[in-house]
Amino acid sequence: MIRMASALRSVFLFYYEGFRSMSWWGKKVWLIIIIKLCIIFLLLRLFFFPDFLKTKFRSDRERSDYVIEQLTGNK
Amino acid sequence: MIENIDLSLVNWSRAQFALTAIYHWLFVPLTLGLSFILAFMETIYVRTGDETWKKITKFWMTLFGINFAIGVATGIILEFEFGTNWSNYSWFVGDIFGAPLAIEGILAFFLESTFVAVMFFGWNKVGKKFHLASTWLVAVGASLSALWILVANSWMENPVGMIFNPDTARNEMNSFRDVILNPVAIDKFTHTVTSGFVLGSVFVVGISSWFLLRHREEAMARKSILLAGIFGLVSSLLVAFTGDSSARTIARVQPVKFASMEALYEGKSGAGLTVIGALTDKGERIGEKTVHDMKMKLEFPKLLSIMTTGEENGYVPGLKDLVNGNPGKGIVPVSEMMERGKYARQVLIDYKMAKEIGDEASAVALGARFREQDFIDNYFRYFGYSYFDHPWQVIPSVPVIFYSFRIMVGLGFFFILLFILAISFQRRQTLERNRWFLWIALFSVPLAYLASELGWIVTEMGRQPWIIQNLMPVNIAVSNISTGAVQTTFCLFAVLFTALLIAEVSIMVRQIKNGPKH
Repeated sequence: MIRMASALRSVFLFYYEGFRSMSWWGKKVWLIIIIKLCIIFLLLRLFFFPDFLKTKFRSDRERSDYVIEQLTGNK
Repeated sequence: MIENIDLSLVNWSRAQFALTAIYHWLFVPLTLGLSFILAFMETIYVRTGDETWKKITKFWMTLFGINFAIGVATGIILEFEFGTNWSNYSWFVGDIFGAPLAIEGILAFFLESTFVAVMFFGWNKVGKKFHLASTWLVAVGASLSALWILVANSWMENPVGMIFNPDTARNEMNSFRDVILNPVAIDKFTHTVTSGFVLGSVFVVGISSWFLLRHREEAMARKSILLAGIFGLVSSLLVAFTGDSSARTIARVQPVKFASMEALYEGKSGAGLTVIGALTDKGERIGEKTVHDMKMKLEFPKLLSIMTTGEENGYVPGLKDLVNGNPGKGIVPVSEMMERGKYARQVLIDYKMAKEIGDEASAVALGARFREQDFIDNYFRYFGYSYFDHPWQVIPSVPVIFYSFRIMVGLGFFFILLFILAISFQRRQTLERNRWFLWIALFSVPLAYLASELGWIVTEMGRQPWIIQNLMPVNIAVSNISTGAVQTTFCLFAVLFTALLIAEVSIMVRQIKNGPKH
């Protein structure tokens, strides 16, 4: 248990020290990563890219029926 | 219903996917190529203890880091688009597409959160060998990550290892081995990854040439050019070899794409390989598709037949054979495939009806047909043809594919020459005297990106009208959403990706100008 806590502490310190001593470009790209992930997951995913079948239907049965209708209904 | 879907919705959805994929692919090949170059550089440092190589490795690692960070997660947007814009497709492919993408996601997460961190934060915190192992693991891991994406993509070109479940309307994987050992996947993986190695090498040679032109960091630049030149030359030869293998597979599993790549309308015995050609309107049509004639043609006689059949007088089918059929050569006409596809679709309709009216006996019998090998091989494999009104609809845009293919191949051979010259000038210590070469090397960097993107254009445009070869055309795969929504997100992506690209280029240019000392 103590050994595991010590290992976790080492891993934490490794990342902590790494982020703390990052160069200017490292800080800049991390800022870009955070902004980009916010845009992708908070803006695009939530407001512009809902899963079409998941939002329209409640069960896999309904989704299957819809897709079969799409596949067979044309012409 | 599908007949109500506006064609502009299909085209905008395709354009959006193309935009996202093209931008995403600006980041990926440099990661693939540069990661291996870094691994080789660091290996030299660890083996020789020469601090110059450590400095060189750290400089290129900075550029790798910028590219990696800006590009990370741009591929996730493609997955969003599957669920929103291509829902019929996403449902139809079932776990076949999901499983490789899930493996890729997990692999990428662990790779990125551990070994990339060791690469950047661990220089003075972990042992030399552990650091080197991390750099190699990042390189191998990036290629393995690409493997799963390419396996999924290859299944769309050559759907294998699955069985269609008429109850769920999903394809279910019945042979993981067939999916992973899909011949298209093997060719695509080797060709794509090695092309990334070439791009990475051109990048290193090009940027190093800039340093030589500015009389800066000359020792670093010369060493980098030699290493990247050798790696790039070996990779370029592998690209040519895997490209040849890939073309042979395409000729077998996607003959219409292959004939379009060659603008081959009439089938031929002893067909030549066109090196350069200009397409003109022949004044003839296959349905509504223009037949092109070739002007200023330069070709290697009989080479196309040798490449595809192994015989100098082997028969290579043209688009007319493939559309209208050629009984003498055993080529089934598209009209026949349309009939077989319609029969398979009718079985699905009957199955659905039998289930609805509670006719269990008929439902069991009809459902069983989707597991019969004869039905799968002779009818269900043509399922997607049932959605066409005319046989000529299977022909993609020939000029786009023909020219893209030729420019890509031409640039591939140009890079071989570039690497040979780079190695040769470096060995003779005459790089600085040949400033013309340094300028060419520098301006080759965007050409490497162009070649890489054109490769994907040949692959994806050549596959049209299919999203899944023979099983599902794009107009059936698209979700019934508003075109306006797709147009809005198209513009959002264009802005987001352009901003990311500007950020990457500006940070990278600044870091290059700073050089390895900063």
